Amino acid sequence: MMAKNENKTHSPLFHIVKREPLPWYSALGVRASAIILALLLSAVVITILTQKNPIEIYKAMFEGAFGSTDRIWNLLQQLAMLLCVSLAVTPAFKMKFWNIGAEGQVLVGGLATVSVMMFLGDKMPLPVLLIVMIGASVLAGIIWALLPAVSKALWNTNETLFTLMMNYIAIQLVAFFLKKFVKSGSGVLTPMPEYGLPIINEMPYLLNIIVVAVLTIMVYIYLKYSKQGYEISVVGESENTAKYIGINVKKVIIRTLVISGALCGIAGLLLVGGTNHTISTTTAGGRGFTAIMVSWLAKFNPIVMILTSFLIIFLERGAEQVSSQFRLPSAISDIITGIILFFIIGCEFFLQYKIVFSKHRKENE
Amino acid sequence: MNNSNTIALECRNITKTFGSVIANKNVNLSVKKGEILSILGENGSGKTTLMNMISGIYFPDEGSIFVDGKEVTIRSPKDAFDLKIGMIHQHFKLVDVFSGTENIVLGMRNKKFNIKKAQKEIQETCDKYGFDIDLNKKIYDLSVSEKQTIEIVKVLYKGADILILDEPTAVLTPQEITKLFNVLRKMRDDGKAIIIITHKLNEVLEISDRVSVLRKGEYIGTVETKNATEQSLTEMMVGEKISLDIERSEPQNSVDRLIVKGIDCFNSDGIKVLDDISFTAKSGEILGIAGISGSGQKELLEAIAGLQKLSGGEVIYHNPKTDKKENLRNKTPIEIRNLGVRLSFVPEDRLGMGLVGNMGITDNMMLRSYKKGKSFFLQRKEPKKLANKIIEDLKVVTPDANTPVRRLSGGNVQKVLVGREIAASPTVLMAAYPVRGLDINSSYTIYNLLTEQKEKGVAVIFVGEDLDVLIGLCDRILVLSGGRVTGIVDGRTAKKEELGLLMTKAKSGKENE
Amino acid sequence: MLTFLVSAIRLGMTFLLGSTGETITEKSGHLNLGTPGVMCVGASCGCFAEYLYFSSVGVFNINPVLAVIIPIIATFLGSALMGVIFCFLTVTLRANQNVTGLALTTFGVGVSDYMIAEATTIFSKGSKYFTAHLPIADNLGWFGEIFLSHGILIYLAIIIALLSSFVLNKTKVGLQLRAVGENPATADAAGISVSKYRYAATCIGCGISGLGGLSFIMDYLNGNWEYCIDAIGWLAIALVIFTVWKPNFAIIGSIIFGALYIVSTYIQGFSTEAKEIFKMLPYIVTVVVLLFTSIREKKKNQPPQSLGLNYFREER
Repeated sequence: MMAKNENKTHSPLFHIVKREPLPWYSALGVRASAIILALLLSAVVITILTQKNPIEIYKAMFEGAFGSTDRIWNLLQQLAMLLCVSLAVTPAFKMKFWNIGAEGQVLVGGLATVSVMMFLGDKMPLPVLLIVMIGASVLAGIIWALLPAVSKALWNTNETLFTLMMNYIAIQLVAFFLKKFVKSGSGVLTPMPEYGLPIINEMPYLLNIIVVAVLTIMVYIYLKYSKQGYEISVVGESENTAKYIGINVKKVIIRTLVISGALCGIAGLLLVGGTNHTISTTTAGGRGFTAIMVSWLAKFNPIVMILTSFLIIFLERGAEQVSSQFRLPSAISDIITGIILFFIIGCEFFLQYKIVFSKHRKENE
Repeated sequence: MNNSNTIALECRNITKTFGSVIANKNVNLSVKKGEILSILGENGSGKTTLMNMISGIYFPDEGSIFVDGKEVTIRSPKDAFDLKIGMIHQHFKLVDVFSGTENIVLGMRNKKFNIKKAQKEIQETCDKYGFDIDLNKKIYDLSVSEKQTIEIVKVLYKGADILILDEPTAVLTPQEITKLFNVLRKMRDDGKAIIIITHKLNEVLEISDRVSVLRKGEYIGTVETKNATEQSLTEMMVGEKISLDIERSEPQNSVDRLIVKGIDCFNSDGIKVLDDISFTAKSGEILGIAGISGSGQKELLEAIAGLQKLSGGEVIYHNPKTDKKENLRNKTPIEIRNLGVRLSFVPEDRLGMGLVGNMGITDNMMLRSYKKGKSFFLQRKEPKKLANKIIEDLKVVTPDANTPVRRLSGGNVQKVLVGREIAASPTVLMAAYPVRGLDINSSYTIYNLLTEQKEKGVAVIFVGEDLDVLIGLCDRILVLSGGRVTGIVDGRTAKKEELGLLMTKAKSGKENE
Repeated sequence: MLTFLVSAIRLGMTFLLGSTGETITEKSGHLNLGTPGVMCVGASCGCFAEYLYFSSVGVFNINPVLAVIIPIIATFLGSALMGVIFCFLTVTLRANQNVTGLALTTFGVGVSDYMIAEATTIFSKGSKYFTAHLPIADNLGWFGEIFLSHGILIYLAIIIALLSSFVLNKTKVGLQLRAVGENPATADAAGISVSKYRYAATCIGCGISGLGGLSFIMDYLNGNWEYCIDAIGWLAIALVIFTVWKPNFAIIGSIIFGALYIVSTYIQGFSTEAKEIFKMLPYIVTVVVLLFTSIREKKKNQPPQSLGLNYFREER
């Protein structure tokens, strides 16, 4: 078919070997250059598409992210929400459980919150209502994560596919809810700020940001310093070792997914109770998927995840500005995000492997 | 069939090293058409490495390979096929959800794909050599011996003239072995050159025309089978006794610590891997376990440690503190520990089981102890101290206690693992191949550690492969063969030949299935 | 009833193309979660090509054959290119398949939305050529309605599914491809190039999935662009599981999915909220199938064994 036969008697031109881990500064350098390369490529793409000076565009992006106090607040809020979902998926990933169902877990958490607001809002005092909201959202998130976890533990059901399906069941559940309970029949639920989470100092997003900041530290400590976090690492690294030292792997899977689901539930609570005060099928907004990349790129380290989620949110906010300022379709932000993700994903290869070119070698003499 | 005296395959001065380990050194070998050649050698003697070079999985550092008198370069399994060399690996390379026919035609080249026609041809091959197999069955429905048959048919169907079988009898019952040998004889009479790797002397004598012996990577020699005896082959295989510089003290106040009574165990394929094993491990002595690899050593230790399900027998632990006797059968590692049994286990798979490769030494120390205390949080102080102590005492070469152990050399990894297991001050210490892949100095560190433990009154169980070491280190040596105990001998008076014979003793007639 | 069935078939064939493509990809051991993105890109490439073609020749000089062929080719190439990106990252650079797939979906949705925003969202003129059917269909009553009234992509979907099923199960290439997905080490030992097969299967698979996106817009929606192709993509992935990795099962499975998806709009007496529950059904039955196959633990009808796992030959 192809001219592959000529290789047959020669040693291959190069081969790939695992390299010794790079010192942190080189590793950082590789990643930074990947991002820079990605930005350069994006610049080329944008210039071709828009015939505008790419520097202008990056300036606009910066503007869009940091241009005003409002924008900074917005950036922080978005950052907090993405980070929260990322925190949620991280314990599961660390255990090599591919929970790609955060989207659905967040949504049911939000749905639980909104239900409490709607049906119990006028029936109890606000503090009690808040407690019920928290409980309901966390519980909903847990249930959504628990189904795949239990199946995985008992029957080794493929968790990637299961959690993926659960997302859409959640979305339809929300759609059902909206059709059923929105009296107007429009399917759009009017926000109910009166039953929302408290607002600190008239800064609407502050509470969310504080909660997520606290969660970040808690997850970091949990994973790094708690016995349970340690068990998660052992199970993720080698199930054999886990069995050897007597860890009950099934129990760890289920327990970890309870935590993962609970955190997703909280994300739903913050999105609905603390931000939108209503729900739609897009409330989770793809964060469940983006979070996977945030967590993976940060190598499951919650502190580094602040940086990776910042990178993605910065791109999103910036690109939004670009699209409005230069009248470009807003989709440009997804394209740039995609390109940068490809580069970061790809550069991991160069951190782990090196390419060795073989010396020319005479054969078949 | 009149070409029976021409040489089909010849290796000249083959050398292969992996890092600092020499797997093959100047190995010479030849096999004629219409001949069965046995390759005999202990574990780690380099048999499989050599065969892997012939079948294109590794490439030799030095030396040359000739097929039909012409020098060839074998870079990949494909090159080997093209030279009509076929290898039947010990671990079958079959796709589980495919039928036999589908597996056999997989990777066929230069033939029009017609599975019906292929099936007919394959059936003809089967009939010719007397294989009795249903080619339409999926692999997952086949028994081990049937899977092996598929592998052999695959190689034959691809037109191989030189067949290499890597320990083909290891997984077979005596009846199946007889059948296999009949097939091999038929193939020989058909003019094929056959190389068979095996440990079992009786089989070597039964099936082969000539025997080549390897020892510790070196080529020892080739003899005509008709001039060989079990005795002479064992001598070639194990070599002269080498005295090791290990100080062996007499066991002090030995008491029975661990009593194993008639345990049976089946693996996931339903093969009996432990068959009625009984022995006693005493405090203050080192009990060696010798055997060809895969004779049940791994399963035996795992069974004691609570990692294998037993289908029969008992494991009794005699607790020195309470003087109580505990039955450990089918208890989990945690349950065993909660009974107050201080059992340490250095598994064969260091990084895959004993340690977590991506964690540092400190975190690996915690594997055994992290549960201690009621706190929700980990206590890293003690493990850190222990890590530093082990680094210092055992001279572990590492940048610091947080460097992932995966990055350490094999010897240092093993020091970390053994160090941790000893630090738990065990009453029983089991170590599986603790010096495999280690250099001389690290090996001696480990020997000394084991001896030290023994002198402290620990019952040490040492699974080894080097007979010189077993004889020099152990007080008693238990020999396993095919999942059974074929003998327990005194380490001080044992002869290598004696052990070699016990190790290669075939399974006795009473077999299930 | 008849229109319901016809609609179910038309929507179902969109799923069918998507899932046939994904099945081929998964058979090679690649779990491509970028399929939704691929289908978006496929749809937009086809539509964009149609838009370019129409604006270059003018509305009165349209060649009906070209009006169909050009978008199909553009779709296939555009989607296959997405497959190249996926393979380059996962095969050549050994990146994680899930993460790569999700990034691919982000990217694909972006590219697609951008292209459409640059062109137009109405492709009804082009759609005409896709939904054109044989005139005799109208004279054959229900038979014609169900079997003959469809546009070219519907038949293409069935042909591709049958062909894929044949290739996967009856040919050497299919056998080798399945071996790569089941047990790459064995395939490698048998001299099959795992990388080449994975590249080829994924790119062709993506190309086919992309046609599903095109079919959704040009056939099912009669050329009215909608920004929800990615949802169709996820359903296509679900369909792969539902039909236990068998493209020929998928022909029926896709119609069932299509029917479930739209049944509520056709049956009187259902409240609007019940419709949303019906839309949930495809996912629920998929979960049930997934659970059932894993509980049964039979070797038959399992996902390809190395699904989602990258393969590198052991290096020493």
